[in-house]
Amino acid sequence: MSSAAVTTASASPATNAGKSALARLGAAFFGRLVIIIPYVWLLFFFLIPFVIVFKISLSQTAIAIPPYTPALDFSGGISGFVAQLKQLSLDNYTWLTQDALYFNAYVTSVIIAAISTVLTLLVGYPIAYGMARAPATIRPTLLMLVILPFWTSFLIRVYAWIGILKPEGLLNQLLLATGVIHQPLIILNTYTAIFIGIVYSYLPFMVLPLYSALEKMDYSLIEAAKDLGCPPTSAFWKITFPLSLPGVIAGCLLVFIPAVGEFVIPDLLGGSQTLMIGKTLWNEFFANRDWPVSSAVAVILLLLLIVPIMLFQRAQARAQEMDR
Amino acid sequence: MNATWSRFNITSIVLGFAFLYLPIVLLIVFSFNESKLVTVWGGFSTKWYVSLFHNQGLMDATWVTARVGLISATVATVLGTLAALTLTRYTRFKGRVLFSGMVFAPLVMPEVITGLSLLLLFVAVGLDRGFLTVTLAHITLTMCFVAVVVQSRLITFDRSLEEAAMDLGATPVKTFFQITLPVIMPAIVSGWMLAFTLSLDDLVIASFTSGPGATTLPMKIYSQVRLGVTPEINAACTILIAVVAIGVVIASLANKRREVQRQLDEQAAQRG
Repeated sequence: MSSAAVTTASASPATNAGKSALARLGAAFFGRLVIIIPYVWLLFFFLIPFVIVFKISLSQTAIAIPPYTPALDFSGGISGFVAQLKQLSLDNYTWLTQDALYFNAYVTSVIIAAISTVLTLLVGYPIAYGMARAPATIRPTLLMLVILPFWTSFLIRVYAWIGILKPEGLLNQLLLATGVIHQPLIILNTYTAIFIGIVYSYLPFMVLPLYSALEKMDYSLIEAAKDLGCPPTSAFWKITFPLSLPGVIAGCLLVFIPAVGEFVIPDLLGGSQTLMIGKTLWNEFFANRDWPVSSAVAVILLLLLIVPIMLFQRAQARAQEMDR
Repeated sequence: MNATWSRFNITSIVLGFAFLYLPIVLLIVFSFNESKLVTVWGGFSTKWYVSLFHNQGLMDATWVTARVGLISATVATVLGTLAALTLTRYTRFKGRVLFSGMVFAPLVMPEVITGLSLLLLFVAVGLDRGFLTVTLAHITLTMCFVAVVVQSRLITFDRSLEEAAMDLGATPVKTFFQITLPVIMPAIVSGWMLAFTLSLDDLVIASFTSGPGATTLPMKIYSQVRLGVTPEINAACTILIAVVAIGVVIASLANKRREVQRQLDEQAAQRG
């Protein structure tokens, strides 16, 4: 970048035509660097790693450091490469289909993520709607209050719920003291605790896109519907909800996709009884030290999520076009 | 507007915010608990904060986390700003779809996948796991968040300002540093802060990519939580929350002051 600055700066006494040509050259150079630097970084640290994950998912587990037999090593030349192609195995994938544990973990994760997404939408929509209808003067403050918990640690926010949901925790103390229940509720280490954890942790991700969709809405439409005799509920379903749909889609994807592979919430709140694929991958890697199998788990998880991720990216691109 | 700000709206906001804030408030309250039990109040005490500062492992982890956060947030801000410029300014170049995919996908990618894939990359290129690998991993994750924050500011940027500067003879580089950068600075600052807190916060990616001697605070907290919930962890969490809250408040105050200053300048300019 600095060399571009030097060339163009030294050209300042030149004629107008020469100057603009040089400026254009400088702009082109500057522009190319702007693209190349982040592009190369993401290629190397985001895309290539996936290729490596795929490669290792095809290799054999071995007791070594690193704990796998390398597959597709190019050092042996073309003949060595061909020999290695024959050694590639789908064993890890076959293994995943043979053990019902993995299949159940995938299915449970998708179901839990889907239910949590719907719950988050149900909790988040009234909040976002209330914020969008709030007086314009306090809206920035409300927005700030939704964003603030997002800045505090995810781990801490999940940890905070352990003290609340424990059998001798604060929720049970409150319910027992007020006489609502006579036996402590067992919530911690169940799927209910996971639902609470996901809804709580991902709520800002749902509220923010919903709010930005609802805030742009023209509320005279609702008044017009009311004047024409439309009851509030059907005005909501016919006008408000369809207009907020981009926000609903963005919010649901922002919650659903990471929730499928969530590790911290099922691990801390779900205990050992619950089954989710993020936890399975973690255990496969850290407890069993089986890198090829955990790679295979990751590849399948990625395939499972590729469609929602592409939908998310399309939604982002469209939102960007609309803002322009 | 006030007429439509109904009781239902107010109730849903109050309940929503109570749900968002109550767990954090309870966590902070019980960090000052005299009793060793996290859920039974035994009187006010700051003894857990004292014992926290004598916990060498926790102090070391804090130091590692702070360094990783500062370095990765700074590099990620530069890279993320470049990525945002690419996304908004260069609408047509080869591989643009791939590029925007690589910027947006990490935002929703489950952390276990990102963590595992980065670890396998570091092993493949023969990089020893430790401070450097955690930092590189955090840069990759957080630069995408910076890109989104800066991009949203760049979209609303009035490009006629840049054209005016270049018509008056400023080079593109000079135009960028004297016109564009100051205007998008608030977004860059909040991008940096977001990157810093994300790095401070991350457990999963750090666990995969870190090695001996580079244990971060979330990793330390996690391993202690697994052994049992203690007020000492509450105290550590409270300090972390306080640091972030103070940072956010300072940043928003600075933003507000800049905004007021700008308005005053504009008024002065109009008066001529």
